[in-house]
Amino acid sequence: MISIHNQDFSIADEYAALRHRAGDAGAIVTFTGLVREIYDVSAEGSEPTPVRSLFLEHYPGMTEKCLQEIQQQAEAKWPLLATRIIHRVGELHGKDQIVLVATASAHRHAAFEAAEFIMDYLKSKAPFWKQQKTATSSVWVESRDSDKVAIDRWQDS
Amino acid sequence: MLRIQYFASIRETLGRSEEELELPAHVGSVQNLIDHLLSINPSFQRVFSAHNKVLVAVNQTVVDLDHPLSENDEVAFFPPMTGG
Repeated sequence: MISIHNQDFSIADEYAALRHRAGDAGAIVTFTGLVREIYDVSAEGSEPTPVRSLFLEHYPGMTEKCLQEIQQQAEAKWPLLATRIIHRVGELHGKDQIVLVATASAHRHAAFEAAEFIMDYLKSKAPFWKQQKTATSSVWVESRDSDKVAIDRWQDS
Repeated sequence: MLRIQYFASIRETLGRSEEELELPAHVGSVQNLIDHLLSINPSFQRVFSAHNKVLVAVNQTVVDLDHPLSENDEVAFFPPMTGG
């Protein structure tokens, strides 16, 4: 199950719903990504500036399609009983929850690995873009090579 | 009509989020479309410059530059993703 929206989510509610859907699961893994109060280091040599807010843009339609494909790939790789993906968009602030990935399986290894796989693919393949807003500027976050490396390690398995 | 969408930094550079374009006869691939856009509007030079990584999706799937285009396709240009 996949949701993309601005409003916050409750881990307790999502966990309960997933547990209910997961039948005879022996393991549930939940991952939550948070907005860090990151410092803008894009301008070289300048003093770091606290980030006031983060704006999350996405490509409606393609985002849902992409997350469904990632979820299906995870379900083909591991014996999952249920999965849940929530990604927030729009204006967010420091310490806000931004993304939830939860997986249920009979055993823990499948649940752990599938959750990590979904997050790695989501970061590099799903059409979301972050913009950091400071008191004086707005800067689009650059993609990181380490996210590409994170995907590559799943190719052999 | 081809529907073209722009996201994130590319949307800001161009100052618009989407436009429609009659598919010219000589435009058969994504690369042809990029060349065509560059020829009709110089502002695309700031988008498709060598130091900018641009991804392209056709009908909501990321494709290569030689991907064919047809009438009524949905094309999107955007920078590498930074979600999660």
